[in-house]
Amino acid sequence: MAHRWTNDLTLDDVTPKSAYLNRRQVMAGMAGLGLAAFAPKAHAATDLTPTDFDVITQYNNFYEFGTGKEDPAKHAHRLTTKPWSIKIDGLVDRPGDYALEDILSKMTIEERIYRFRCVEAWSMVVPWNGFELKDLLDLAGVKSSAKYVAFETLYRPKEMIGQNSPFLDWPYVEGLRLDEANHPLTLMATGIYGKDMPKQNGAPIRLVVPWKYGFKSIKSIVRITLTDKEPPTSWNKSIPGEYGFYSNVNPEVDHPRWSQASERPIGGGFFAKRILTLMFNGYEKEVASLYEGMDLRKNY
Amino acid sequence: MIDTINTLVRKTPSWLLYLIGAAYPTWLLYAGFTGGLGVDPVKAMEHALGKVGLQVLIAILLVTPLRRFTKLNFLSWRRALGVIAFFYILLHFLVWMVLDVQILSQVKADLIKRPYIIVGMVSLLILLPLAITSNNLSIRKLGPRWRKLHKATYLAVALGGVHYIMQTKGFEYEPYIYLALVIGLIAMRKLPKKRAAPPANRQAA
Repeated sequence: MAHRWTNDLTLDDVTPKSAYLNRRQVMAGMAGLGLAAFAPKAHAATDLTPTDFDVITQYNNFYEFGTGKEDPAKHAHRLTTKPWSIKIDGLVDRPGDYALEDILSKMTIEERIYRFRCVEAWSMVVPWNGFELKDLLDLAGVKSSAKYVAFETLYRPKEMIGQNSPFLDWPYVEGLRLDEANHPLTLMATGIYGKDMPKQNGAPIRLVVPWKYGFKSIKSIVRITLTDKEPPTSWNKSIPGEYGFYSNVNPEVDHPRWSQASERPIGGGFFAKRILTLMFNGYEKEVASLYEGMDLRKNY
Repeated sequence: MIDTINTLVRKTPSWLLYLIGAAYPTWLLYAGFTGGLGVDPVKAMEHALGKVGLQVLIAILLVTPLRRFTKLNFLSWRRALGVIAFFYILLHFLVWMVLDVQILSQVKADLIKRPYIIVGMVSLLILLPLAITSNNLSIRKLGPRWRKLHKATYLAVALGGVHYIMQTKGFEYEPYIYLALVIGLIAMRKLPKKRAAPPANRQAA
């Protein structure tokens, strides 16, 4: 069932490239005067102009292709994404390997313009294309005993050269509570800006959970498992004191090594202003009820 | 060959070293404005200045062992290299404060709350008096105390290496290689200076 949720950001928010260039020139001019730096006040993340396509595709954390932000754009071309299938197993009525084209033939692709907030305190606005995860889960039929959804990224070190390094325990795994997975905001994304998902962004299909830090939005998914136990997640396994299972965007709960109160929008050059981070990344109205009564400091 | 290099090094005017030293941040700024540093020039510049600053500091630690084990003598470059390293690390701090964090209250909070930032800041503060006293007048005025003061370089470089490790996310080799180099180069100074002199023939006396 598509269109359960309506964008607060629409195609009208997509700014033509010429407008970007003008803005950059203005900023370069301000830079010359030295006025842009050290602004006394920061504004909240309410300007939702989608980030430039070139920026979204050249600044990625996709450690399967290296640890530098430019590494995925450099190395992801090695990845073969055809054929692609997703194994759906665990507590489902119809477990099995689902070929991507069969899945897509049953889905309606929508555009969703979402804020994207990395745990490293930078952000973008991304016009995704995709379908709701719930529709895919319905395809497999979730059993009533299922409480969590576990995800797994492809493990193919010959193509994903970063997997030859012990940076993380490969393959990358992530998880959601079932109610989070069923939320209409939770997207299985297959593209950006109306184009097929670039490989460095998690081709051919990835998760997007806009109210959580970016690392929850696992890329290049090959397996989805329904379980009744909280599944392990890669960053939590790696540094449990810094990355929890929930990882909801929360300006009041700092990462132990840096503040989460504000974020740097990527793509604005040297003098891009920091903006204040919004609770649940600006999706508080939609998702706060999922966490009623929970201590978000403990469940970080 | 070694003599030729040593002569060239000795004859290098220090203004040339400072000019080359200043060229790097200037190039970073230019590259940042023209897209050469990628889509996030702030972080790219911040990280490059910190890393190259640490590299120059490590190069300074190399001077003494190089003299001892190869007779290559870069002593006359050392002071300029020290000032250049300080300058890079100061810029690294300023880029972090002004272009990255921007919000003064958050800068203050970070300087108090974040261990890796505190370690980096302590390293910079140790380097400050060293940079200020890197001139002939100070050497004359401070006398033997100057040498003692400038031994603080070891601590500053080691803290720089620790600061680099502390800010990494997952496991990466590179910062550990830097710290191993720093520790190795400092430890080398503890190697016995000469083979112990053969014991005097007591019976002969």
